[in-house]
Amino acid sequence: MRLLLLLVTFSLAAMAAKDTCVECHNALGGDLQAPVQAFAVDVHKRAGFSCADCHGGDRNSEDYEVSMSKARGYQGKIARAEVPKLCGRCHSDANLIHKFKPQQRVDQLAQYVTSIHGKRLAAGDTAVANCVDCHSVHDIRDVKDPQAPVYPGRVVQTCARCHADRAHMAKYKLPTNQFEEYRSSVHWDALSKRNDLSAPTCASCHGNHGATPPQVSSVAAVCGTCHALQQDLYNSSPHKAAFDAMGAAGCVACHSNHAVRRPSEALLAGDKALCSQCHDADSVGGKTAAAMHRQIQSLADSLARSNEVVTRARRAGMEVSEAIVKLADGQERLVKARVAVHNFREDAVALPVKEGLTIASEAHRAGQEALAERDFRRVGLGVSLACILLTLAGLWLAIGWLESGSSRGSQTTGGDP
Amino acid sequence: MATRGLETPQPGWLDERLGLSSIRKVIEHKAVPLHSATMWYYFGGITLFLFVIQVLTGILLLLYYRPTTSEAFESVQFIMTRVKFGWLIRSVHSWSANLMILSAFIHMFSVVFLHAYRRPREMTWFSGIGLLALAMAFGFSGYLLPWNTISYFATKVGTDMAASVPVLGPHLARFLRGGEDVGGATLTRFFGFHVAVLPGITTLLMLLHLGLVQRFGISSPPKLEGKPIAQMPFFPNFFLRELMAWYAALAMLGTLGALFPWELGEKADPFASAPAGIRPEWYFLAPFYTLKLLPSHIWVLEGELVGLVGFGLLAVFWASLPLWAANRNGLLRARWATGAGILLLAYYSTFSILGYWR
Repeated sequence: MRLLLLLVTFSLAAMAAKDTCVECHNALGGDLQAPVQAFAVDVHKRAGFSCADCHGGDRNSEDYEVSMSKARGYQGKIARAEVPKLCGRCHSDANLIHKFKPQQRVDQLAQYVTSIHGKRLAAGDTAVANCVDCHSVHDIRDVKDPQAPVYPGRVVQTCARCHADRAHMAKYKLPTNQFEEYRSSVHWDALSKRNDLSAPTCASCHGNHGATPPQVSSVAAVCGTCHALQQDLYNSSPHKAAFDAMGAAGCVACHSNHAVRRPSEALLAGDKALCSQCHDADSVGGKTAAAMHRQIQSLADSLARSNEVVTRARRAGMEVSEAIVKLADGQERLVKARVAVHNFREDAVALPVKEGLTIASEAHRAGQEALAERDFRRVGLGVSLACILLTLAGLWLAIGWLESGSSRGSQTTGGDP
Repeated sequence: MATRGLETPQPGWLDERLGLSSIRKVIEHKAVPLHSATMWYYFGGITLFLFVIQVLTGILLLLYYRPTTSEAFESVQFIMTRVKFGWLIRSVHSWSANLMILSAFIHMFSVVFLHAYRRPREMTWFSGIGLLALAMAFGFSGYLLPWNTISYFATKVGTDMAASVPVLGPHLARFLRGGEDVGGATLTRFFGFHVAVLPGITTLLMLLHLGLVQRFGISSPPKLEGKPIAQMPFFPNFFLRELMAWYAALAMLGTLGALFPWELGEKADPFASAPAGIRPEWYFLAPFYTLKLLPSHIWVLEGELVGLVGFGLLAVFWASLPLWAANRNGLLRARWATGAGILLLAYYSTFSILGYWR
């Protein structure tokens, strides 16, 4: 009886582990084998899901007419329009998803239907992106997997697959230069050169599942999610009301949207100035921009001079760690002054500049004192070496005098062991 | 042959009370053999001179140094930046520590190649090896005292190695650290070893070493044994030359201290990850690099353990040189000692250079 029970248990276990979809498709080769091979790295496979969980059918039957029969729920290839609903069947079910990932969100489908992609799909346009266009089909990886197409370091290229495709975008009358522009931006530099995965990508501003272009009125709010201080300063600046009245997008008006370059004082005054595009040099705005430029430039120059002196002292082996800390403080004031520009008031910039200039001056003095100390040491060394050389010469003469007329004052004895 | 300069004065007040004339007689009769390798005799004295520099600069550093994790780095920074000539004292202390160990190594190898360890100077050799070990212990304990990043992690690595010694290792590591990890207790202990325990033992051993040198005199190479050999009076002829060597060492210390002040680095942060390319002082580089090259397991034993046991056996073998470099009849096996010396010198210098560059 016990033996029979054991045999039944083993048979049931073997049946549960069986997956005839994988076994048969692996043997078929070509296009019919490819999905199974791709599925080997899929995050769902690792969680215990199988082909039949999406495509229906019976994975335990070895007869394909049975396993792929409609009677067993087989659906075959999923229609593009049905993909979001199919994925949402599990991903909107908190009870199911949280068994695998307790922190996982379950609002992807709800967000998707509000997105421009979801709305067009609902309107019958199946060419728009759905879940599998971004996440892949049979080889879906976790978002933290560097090989996943939605990994922060790769998601820009994933969006660009459609949005940089002129033929694909033609019917939507959308530009296709966003990817090229983004690759000239400071955000792309942070992402691709510094490997800073927190750098903004398409999804950071447009959303991912609920992808929607930010409206003019909400651009500052989008940028402000990371640049909160700049947003606050801008909101209390004279530009806020003026830009709102003109219907101009705050941040984008000066910094562009996808091609956000590294800003500098050159945007305030000079040949590349942006302010002068709206403000005459003699106007209040023009004068304010020139004054802010002058102040920030003076702090940057002062810090550069101090840094040069301190670096020279450090290279000479002098202990200038306190001056280096001061310079870091000064650099922080320079950053604050540059941020304060977003308030577009001279006095907002003046305070951090004043503090920064004081710090730069202290660091400069510390560097100069260290260099003076270095020179003093070298002179002291020269004098000491001269004294030592004189003493050595004196000793040499004394030895010569002692041993004059003898050979090193030597006496001869038998060698000692 | 007679030399000028030393005339016997009449016994004075101090002579009557301290018996200086007997010391004077000893010095007058002390002589140094003159041959092609006489220059190597100076390195014992140079090592002694650098030790005295260590003691003097160390006492001056003690006036400002504070051995706690919150104040050690800042106090050394204060010495380097605020105390008048503090930078010079600290730099000379650090440079002379390194030069002293270098000079001690040169002294040791000159003793090996001139076979000065042979009967009856075995005890002089043993005490000398003990002094070299103490000098390295001074280096290891003093390295941690500025409490900077490099010294903190180097001590961590060093005490971790001690922990992997079988049976006694974990107890030894715990004793050295004063706890499970390198921290405030370690700093206090290392400070105590550096300024009290080690100087005390070193002074006693050094007195023994110098007493033995005085007792048996300066050895001549075996090839000159029994032959007529020129002798130089120790005082003043050899002493004045030794004084010149000390002045040259002083000039070198001043130059190194003024042109290459000893760096302070950054304050140790026990929660930070170890910086890349961390390595110990140069005299520990050869064993450090050897341990790095060993595989994680050799047969069923851990590679590091095999390495440490190997170094322990090598140290015992080297320290017992006078015992195996002579046969049962007491005759010298000069080739054995010379061969072992060449091998050790080649290994130590090659692996130190490799350890520095890789």
